[in-house]
Amino acid sequence: MKSENTTLGYNSKVEGEVVVTQADAVINWIRKHSVWPMPMGLACCAIELMAVGASRFDISRFGMEVMRFSPRQADCMIVSGTVTYKMAEVVRRIYEQMAEPKWVVAMGACASTGGMYRSYATLQGVDRIVPVDVYVSGCPPRPEALLDAMIKLQDKIGRERSVKNLTAPKAAAAAAALAEKEA
Amino acid sequence: MSDANFASLKERFAYLTERDSADHLAVNCPAEHLLECCTALRDDFGYDLLVDVTAIDWAAETSPRFTGIYHILSTTHHAYIRIASDCVDDAAPSLPSLAGIFPAANWHERETYDMMGIRYEGHPDLKRILMWEDYPYHPLRKEFPLAGIEVPFPAADVAETANAKVLPAPMMGGPFVSSADGTMREIEPQAKDESWTEKEENR
Repeated sequence: MKSENTTLGYNSKVEGEVVVTQADAVINWIRKHSVWPMPMGLACCAIELMAVGASRFDISRFGMEVMRFSPRQADCMIVSGTVTYKMAEVVRRIYEQMAEPKWVVAMGACASTGGMYRSYATLQGVDRIVPVDVYVSGCPPRPEALLDAMIKLQDKIGRERSVKNLTAPKAAAAAAALAEKEA
Repeated sequence: MSDANFASLKERFAYLTERDSADHLAVNCPAEHLLECCTALRDDFGYDLLVDVTAIDWAAETSPRFTGIYHILSTTHHAYIRIASDCVDDAAPSLPSLAGIFPAANWHERETYDMMGIRYEGHPDLKRILMWEDYPYHPLRKEFPLAGIEVPFPAADVAETANAKVLPAPMMGGPFVSSADGTMREIEPQAKDESWTEKEENR
């Protein structure tokens, strides 16, 4: 940093150059290039999801190759397949075990809307139990379609108000505690 | 015995009656003799592979209302036999379980119990296999609507946090049919009545 202001106390010869930016930009940049997907493979879409992870399509080009089968180590649930009501409970519980921040991709017709399974046994879209960030059409979608969705998700992560989201729950909790104290 | 025909079976099992069939040998067997008949078919007639267990619901006002159906294959003689067994009780239908003589019957009977509500007496673990344990209906019964019936979500705590319900899913203009000729857009399978697309689905 070349500055006339000597009170800054910064020696660029020792500490190198400085890039000035916003906290949001840095946080989002880190997050979006290190998405750890949780493969919620429930039906044939899961086979395409495996293809995305394999060498031909190679999701690691986008920094998402670390698929974790534990929700506690993942931050993006890819719901790939038909969600029956019996399984819906499990999907929701696994979603709740994922640490914030977390995102959900509904992969394919079944996860998005119930698809061809318009029946008493099938949840008509996973967005009825978890908040979905990106929907992918197809039955099943091509691997390219899922990659496109993941890039869209990266764009979406890049637009988030991360700092506000980090502090907002704390502020809300503090306000609630204060209200309780007064009451 | 190389090829069992109805006469040879009747000789051994006096209680069997012949059943109309378009393909294989088919018999009616009273429920109280089912276990004994199937055991003998397996041990003495070579019918050693239970292929399918299902049931028919003849509609609510019919008696007998439920008929259990069994398909058994002889792997040595390459022949099938179909056994039909009426449930005596129409309100609380039950049949003897074949799980003791054919282990393959175990899950088949659980499925038939789940879908039709037929209790298989003597089954080692008769619980639902497709729907969740608290589901109040048997979906393949005649009176059950195709779309389903609104019931509470399987887990109460999840239902509360996710605000979810098990809702009927009507076919909305289906079934989806393809017209014989036309452009690609026109021959794509579609509902004849597409008026539902203009309404927001009730959630």
